[in-house]
Amino acid sequence: MPSQQSEHPDDRLARLRGPQPPQPYTARKITALTANPACARRAVLDAAGVDKALLAQQVGYEPRFGQSPFALAREQAFHSLVKWGSYAELIRLLREQLSVPVAEAHVTDLNEVGGNTALHLRERETRRLIAHVASGQDIRLILDRPVLTLQVAGRTAYLEPDALTHRIEGKFHVVLIRSFAAIDGQANPTAVAEAAKQAAVYVLALHRAFETASLPTEQISHEFLLVCPKDFSNRPYGRLIDLRQELDALQFQLSRLRRAEDLAAQLPGTATLDTARSAGELSSSIEALDASYTPSCLSFCEMARYCRDEADGCASPARLGSGVRNDLPGIDSTRTALDYLDGVAAPGEAEAEAVDLLRAAARLRRLRRRAA
Amino acid sequence: MSVLSTVATITASHTGRAEPLTTVRHQHLDEQPFVLVPLTLAGEACAPLAALAGTDPERPMLLTVRQPRNRAERFRFAERLATLLLAYIDGCRTETEPYTVGRGKEKEERLRFQRAPQLLVPNGEGIAYVRLLGRLTRLRATEGPYAVDPSVPALGKWLTWFADLAEFPNSGALLAMTRLLAANWATGQSSSEDSHLASLFAWIDPPEDSDGARAAREAEDPAVWPPAGPSTDPVFDRTLHALMTRYDDASDDRGREAVGRQIDHELSGQMLPTWRLMWRGVELLRELPEGAHVPGRWDLDRRWFSEYVEYLDADGRPQARRDQAVRAARRLARLEDAVTRFEAERAFDDPLVMAEYELTGEAFTGTVTARDEDRFIPGDRPGSQVWRPTIVLRTDTRVGLAVGTEVKSPARPGQEARILEVRQEDGAGHTVVLQLKGGFARKRTPPAPPGTLAETGEELTYTTLNPTAMPSVLPDEENTPWTHGGPPQPYEPTDEDAEETWE
Repeated sequence: MPSQQSEHPDDRLARLRGPQPPQPYTARKITALTANPACARRAVLDAAGVDKALLAQQVGYEPRFGQSPFALAREQAFHSLVKWGSYAELIRLLREQLSVPVAEAHVTDLNEVGGNTALHLRERETRRLIAHVASGQDIRLILDRPVLTLQVAGRTAYLEPDALTHRIEGKFHVVLIRSFAAIDGQANPTAVAEAAKQAAVYVLALHRAFETASLPTEQISHEFLLVCPKDFSNRPYGRLIDLRQELDALQFQLSRLRRAEDLAAQLPGTATLDTARSAGELSSSIEALDASYTPSCLSFCEMARYCRDEADGCASPARLGSGVRNDLPGIDSTRTALDYLDGVAAPGEAEAEAVDLLRAAARLRRLRRRAA
Repeated sequence: MSVLSTVATITASHTGRAEPLTTVRHQHLDEQPFVLVPLTLAGEACAPLAALAGTDPERPMLLTVRQPRNRAERFRFAERLATLLLAYIDGCRTETEPYTVGRGKEKEERLRFQRAPQLLVPNGEGIAYVRLLGRLTRLRATEGPYAVDPSVPALGKWLTWFADLAEFPNSGALLAMTRLLAANWATGQSSSEDSHLASLFAWIDPPEDSDGARAAREAEDPAVWPPAGPSTDPVFDRTLHALMTRYDDASDDRGREAVGRQIDHELSGQMLPTWRLMWRGVELLRELPEGAHVPGRWDLDRRWFSEYVEYLDADGRPQARRDQAVRAARRLARLEDAVTRFEAERAFDDPLVMAEYELTGEAFTGTVTARDEDRFIPGDRPGSQVWRPTIVLRTDTRVGLAVGTEVKSPARPGQEARILEVRQEDGAGHTVVLQLKGGFARKRTPPAPPGTLAETGEELTYTTLNPTAMPSVLPDEENTPWTHGGPPQPYEPTDEDAEETWE
């Protein structure tokens, strides 16, 4: 249909979402996308700003995520501790880790601009300050909760890193404050990896801000400062963490993400992801988008349990984990694999080698179990 | 993950029941293990919240912390856990038995206890909890501003001892139930789903009117099956948060005690289902026969236990915050040896595990078709002859091992065998000629005593795995060369260790 082809991709995604307000793109969402870049379903849902938790609930899968009130309270307490007393703790860490001169302690709180908390105002003020500091007209040690933007699949994501420090030894650093503990200098590696991925999103957004303002991007550090509680106490502890690998991966994934628009364009004209519509309508639209379910989805995606049932229905090998999937190359269903094993079906040439190995394994299992 | 377990997994996913991965149990399961089901407060680094603990399935001891942000209450929890666990450990200091270490000139007689403690937790996070709680408590000072009861650092040292051993696959001192079960059964779900105790159980031991897949889904509902911990369910946390607020705001002691009892009740309800699963797991695992090498590995645990008791009595300083380089290198070497040995022992004890090596070509099984009992070959000394019988094996599978490879058979582990020839037969099979040495009960000439040389028609497995391979040799700690910093100094706890700020 010509009318549809000429439609602006943004409009198509907005039309899919319906009248609901779009969910903002957060750094967490962007990193989740990079965890499973092959998933067209998640790409479109996020690009369209659909409330995935609500959508999952509408189609009968209440997401089992949620934050404990204890965890929330702890996080808030730690954040305020780091910033307590005119950012005394944060300044101490910056001095320890980045050798900040004692004279510099100017801080600008960007949580609001003249009493106004609107994102676009804070973003404009952030840009203005960065330009001033980068060109050497102004000095700020810390920008508290600046707002940066990043274009993700044609939409503007507003991002709020915990803090940004001005060029120390010629460099800007992103700061992330997290409430998981570093015990004897070691924090949970999964949590650190997740923080690093999010920091990479902020660094990339900072790059864009510099490029837009024609500022030299060499001023941006590829290391970020991670602040977490030390041992079992509340005392803040900080370490610089290299981000080059995360930045490369992220840039690559974001360049692929542009496909979300094309994916949405291929949906039938009647498709909808409007959470106010019926479960039946929603399901058929969701099904029209290919998911790439893996067991790791269960830990971060609201739609994971829906996709898992779908993967179970078609006996997808990936639902059993990458080990099984790798042992069944080219075989797209475990039912087919079992048919090959039982001799009910014959494998094609491409699958023959893998099936031979599976048959040998099945035979050994039978023989050795009997022997025991 | 091997191709054999892939076959087991896809089979299970279609039958709805777990498939066995082993024919025997490879871990020691004590007659009286100490089961610990812990919970922690969300968002904090190891803030103990509650635990069910003990050695009697019918009588779990309930420990709770009604206000985990209170430091004193946390250490009261540690004290109460110490009372239970240290008494259990003391109960293992039974009669001793002699054993020998080293060979030749280094040979030495030592004593070890006839029992050792065994701690069982629900999952891998439970092991991490034991490690963290050990770290939290072992460095505490028993005098000064933040003094704790002497039982608290003692508990910490033991918990750290358990956690350190948990990394060694050949130790049964601290085991996670999910790992124990998943080592013996393949389910029709992913390994990350297998780390959920209730859902893993649903596959192995499904209710009568259900199948594994369906029961596993139902087991994921935290309202029916609370998480096995130590993390709690966020929805439950809301209830708990409300109760704790009421506890703090209570106007008098009676009112506070009433809310406190309610907190205890709620926490107990979160842990009881897991407690029952733990003991059901113990039952299921006891039904499996024990592998032949398991008692030997438990001997080693009893030795380690006795050595640590001796160390605590003589010195008693806590384990360091972090290993020094020399200690870390030694530990790594020990760990690598332990893994290799454990893998080999497992395969020797269990034909189903050996099958994995058959599939990868590191082992083969065949039938003896001929034997040459009276074979002699020239020895090392000029003119000497040594007795080296051969046997010929016919296999119907591929043999991936090269001529000259040294192999062993679980049937006669003391006998060395060397591949002399591998012939491809018509069809898929191979014929292998093996030269044998030793294992003939000290006889240097034929005939071989009955049973020491394989008979024709006997089915045998040969493998490159060797459970008695010599471990790697590192100099003793006291002989560490100066280039490596010299002998490592024992860790001296500092005042700073004990002085962590508490909020």
